[in-house]
Amino acid sequence: MTETLYGFFNALSEPKMFFALFTIIVFVMIWKREIVCTNKFGIAMFIVSSVFFVWALGHPGFYKNVSKADNVPIVFMLFLVGYFTWLSFRRAVINDRRMERGELPEEAVENPKKVLTWPDLVYSEFICSVLFMAVMMIWALALDAPLEEPANPGKTPNPSKAPWYFLGLQEMLVYYDPWLAGVVLPGMIIVGLMAIPYVDTNPKGNGYYTFNERPFAITTFLFGFIVLWVSMIILMTFLRGPNQAFFGPFEEWNLHKVEPTVNIQFSQIFWESWLGMKRPEFWLTREMPGILLCLGYVFVLPFLLGQTLFRKMLGQMGMPRYLTMISMFLIMLALPIKMILRWAFNLQFIVNIQELFLNV
Amino acid sequence: MAEQTTPDKKPAPKKKPADDGRIPPPPSSHYERPGMMDQVRDSQIWRSIFRHGYPNTVRNRSLAVLSNIFLHLHPINVRSSGLRLSFTWCMGGLTFFLFLIETITGVLLMFYYRPTAEYAYQDIIALAEHVPMGIMRELHRWGAHAMVITVWLHMFRVFMTGSYKPPREFNWNVGVILLVLTLLLSFTGYLLPWDQLAIWAITVGSNMARATPLLGYEGPLASLMAVGDVGLVHSGDDARFALLGGRFVGEATLLRFYVLHCIFIPLAAAILMAVHFWRIRKDGGISGPL
Repeated sequence: MTETLYGFFNALSEPKMFFALFTIIVFVMIWKREIVCTNKFGIAMFIVSSVFFVWALGHPGFYKNVSKADNVPIVFMLFLVGYFTWLSFRRAVINDRRMERGELPEEAVENPKKVLTWPDLVYSEFICSVLFMAVMMIWALALDAPLEEPANPGKTPNPSKAPWYFLGLQEMLVYYDPWLAGVVLPGMIIVGLMAIPYVDTNPKGNGYYTFNERPFAITTFLFGFIVLWVSMIILMTFLRGPNQAFFGPFEEWNLHKVEPTVNIQFSQIFWESWLGMKRPEFWLTREMPGILLCLGYVFVLPFLLGQTLFRKMLGQMGMPRYLTMISMFLIMLALPIKMILRWAFNLQFIVNIQELFLNV
Repeated sequence: MAEQTTPDKKPAPKKKPADDGRIPPPPSSHYERPGMMDQVRDSQIWRSIFRHGYPNTVRNRSLAVLSNIFLHLHPINVRSSGLRLSFTWCMGGLTFFLFLIETITGVLLMFYYRPTAEYAYQDIIALAEHVPMGIMRELHRWGAHAMVITVWLHMFRVFMTGSYKPPREFNWNVGVILLVLTLLLSFTGYLLPWDQLAIWAITVGSNMARATPLLGYEGPLASLMAVGDVGLVHSGDDARFALLGGRFVGEATLLRFYVLHCIFIPLAAAILMAVHFWRIRKDGGISGPL
């Protein structure tokens, strides 16, 4: 029985399933937010996840992975992100209901009331810091800071991983080359975050929780934060072992597990499978279909979407804001698109110019 | 105690306002039976530090905030909706509090730590062995992890309440830079214990820089950066080399990351934090419905 459950959860954590599961959770949570936001549901979810967690600790591999001192905060984070997502949805749904009835959001009812910083704010800040300090002290007393063997440049540990908060980026390395996953895309995340206040022209939902007044903004952000950032960190931290191979949560890390790579390039698909001819020798001709595809994605698709799906948005935002928003949006979606292409067609690169280290 | 032992002491004579230009003590019950604390509060030393009476009137409570350099980053009034924990989650405040913990424990750790390949690891061992019940390194490390999490959750809250919208666009940007600085602080600190985890995490992390377009020697188009036949970008002259101060993570990297970790990034973060807090106030305090 336990073995069957272990096998079931191992299969469920496999990257494809893991990504699909998180995506479904986020979208169902948004869709069924009226149910999700109830206290009953919140408490039930907390109990279910805690029971699962405690049950899972019974497996030595899982226990070893989770109880590693540096991984403990990631477990905290998972619970905290879950709780705060639920909390923000709860407050958003309550406000949305109020506004449907023509009332002001909760925050606005209290808003005219102002209280003095001294003592109201200063005292609650003080109490928060004392309580938090107590938490930190307990944490520091309970868990020793880890120290491994002395640095040895000649001995590479397997697996070698970046610090945990960058593991989402390291997971991207499975799908994209380092120049994209490690340099361009992180840069785009920063630029994209900074662009948010300038491209979001929706004047509503300023200073209070709401979903109905800004569904697109919140859905996009939640997808980026929970599915593409937090879940990728979890995947890379707990589910990738030696040689960056995938290991289920209830699977011992085995040094000899190698995942077969049967990756093919887009140029192979295009020239060999579709046209039935040999790939051209010269790299520019060989990769031209892939290059055109990428250029189309970046330069043509925004305008096509502007005429169709995002027509209304383009009208509201104006061209410069729309183009900034849509580029960031498409760059964000480039990761899941590439993942799906990899899983469905074993596609490694769309553009594959080894000559210039340029792979997309 | 003092009040009870001198029951027959007469109340302090009422001071006439504006006779010496100072703010008179408030006419409150507190002053009817002056005790030891009242005498302390009346002393010249106390009054030279705190330029206001006991904060039990609106005026003195406002002055308590206005006349204190740290507190004056707060406005005098705050929205009561912004005080709710379920609104702010206190994540911004906790992030700042963690920054203070990191600064204090970090300075204490600096007393014991030498940033050289020869001593760094031994100093960390010594710290664990010579200081019984010492938890400074633990507090520092767990605080660093916690700070990354609280920064993310703070950003998450600010997004969910739409608090980045006008007039707070610029402060959101300052916040994004502070988020990046927090990650960089954590990243540079990761190397300092000089153990296997440290150097290999930094090696993996900094290997990315090798692939910087144009500027990394394994990056796309780097081969175009050449004058005639002489390549300008190679393993001894690219983005990664500049980051590490060498071709691999070594002695120079340790010193470089140490200086970045202890001086440059905290200083930059402190300045930006001042801007961040000041802008909250200037942009209308904790966000709320307009």
